[in-house]
Amino acid sequence: MAGLLDAPHPYPGRLVIVEGIDGSGKSTQIRLLEKWLNSAGYRVFFTEWNSSALVKDTIKHGKKKDLLTPATFSLLHATDFADRLAHVIVPPLKAGMIVLADRYAYTAFARDVVRGVDPAWVRDLYGFAVRPDLGLYFKVPIEVSLKRILTGRQQLKYHEAGMDLGLSKDPRESFRLFQGRILEEYDRIAGEFGLTVLDATASIARQQAKVRDLVSGLLTKYRPTPYLRRKENVYVQ
Amino acid sequence: MSNERGGEKAGERRAFMGKPLPYLDVEDLGGKLIVIEGTDGVGRSTQIASLQKWLEVRGHGVVTTGWTRSPLMAKAINDAKAGHRLNVHTFSLFYAADFADRLEHEILPAMRAGFVVLADRYVYTVFARAAVRGADPAWVRKVFSFAPVPDAVFYMKIDVENLIPRVIHPQQLRSRRLLEEGGSAAWGMDYWESGMDLRLGDDFYDSFVEYQRRLLAEFSGMSKEFGFLSVNAVRSFEDTNRRLKEGIASVLS
Repeated sequence: MAGLLDAPHPYPGRLVIVEGIDGSGKSTQIRLLEKWLNSAGYRVFFTEWNSSALVKDTIKHGKKKDLLTPATFSLLHATDFADRLAHVIVPPLKAGMIVLADRYAYTAFARDVVRGVDPAWVRDLYGFAVRPDLGLYFKVPIEVSLKRILTGRQQLKYHEAGMDLGLSKDPRESFRLFQGRILEEYDRIAGEFGLTVLDATASIARQQAKVRDLVSGLLTKYRPTPYLRRKENVYVQ
Repeated sequence: MSNERGGEKAGERRAFMGKPLPYLDVEDLGGKLIVIEGTDGVGRSTQIASLQKWLEVRGHGVVTTGWTRSPLMAKAINDAKAGHRLNVHTFSLFYAADFADRLEHEILPAMRAGFVVLADRYVYTVFARAAVRGADPAWVRKVFSFAPVPDAVFYMKIDVENLIPRVIHPQQLRSRRLLEEGGSAAWGMDYWESGMDLRLGDDFYDSFVEYQRRLLAEFSGMSKEFGFLSVNAVRSFEDTNRRLKEGIASVLS
């Protein structure tokens, strides 16, 4: 389907997103980018995956009680995304801000497919998403991400290890299998949607220097003038 | 329908609107899926209650299903509606999650067990409501592409002139007042049924009329697209009921 993800958005703002498996270090990188942009005087808006009040409780409750199926899991995350797109992504882009998103639709394309939904269907669900100006994919081997996660805490979370898929009874082995399949999907997606692949095994500072370099390129022609043309049929109140 | 495998009682392969969910077993889906569509206040629920009893008397196992009855989604949808913070995408996706939950846990298991599933509305209601609110019709249809094609869709057809007195009457208005004063009336013409979110009129009456006019136009278009079996719902309950029974009997025979 020729969705909006295939064409540049018409807004004056800039949308930068980061993707990668758990433990790839993408959140650290986007937070450092935010600090830098703020200190340079830009107006920055940050949003993260699965954070909309509209569905947060339902997803949490569904996960806890094991009520979610691959389809409802996928549809609830798409709802979360649609809500954030309408409230915290498109409006700041129209106002000419820089929007930073920790995970984007590509997370669903990778994760939901591994959980068992049809790849074309999940891409269709997100057919209304706007294309990021810069999509960064932090690529990391499974063992590195596993080590990073387990230095911060003792145990893997049930869903990040994909325990609900029944791949293995051992959480670490399940994590390797589940995240390994997600990595394969990400490799496909990076090509399909033109994400910039970064080596996430490099030092934090080196990666950040590369990120700032890429974002600088994006801001050379950036003139944050508010968008005044209204044609969307959105009935949000 | 042809039977590829031949042999004993291999069920016929059921059609889906697009691809079924890949991880579901959709072989041998027996039973019947019968949909009663129609706009708000046309009398669907009363008809369905009567049809269920009638089918059971005739010896059929019956399961009924309807929007926002999924245990996973009911509360979230009602909360969202109360806060009026849905847009056309979140609205459609929310309903799709509700539908997927009911499909996997209720509708398909019932069909596998040979039940007659009576659906009080189906994906077409969401198509109509989303279209009226400006959604891309192709997008909404893709979202629901995992839905099975029903064995029959009976569309209870009514015009706005005949619909108004059924929905707006003294009892309804009194309950509406209570609702405004902080009560929690569970029925009546609510904010959403009158499309108040679209601001189609100054008051709920004007808004209701215009909103329903647009919805009915959508249903009329879909009637051809999806081959609805129209049942005139302007006539008496008994008359409509008799026609629905005739239609259902021919689907089951």
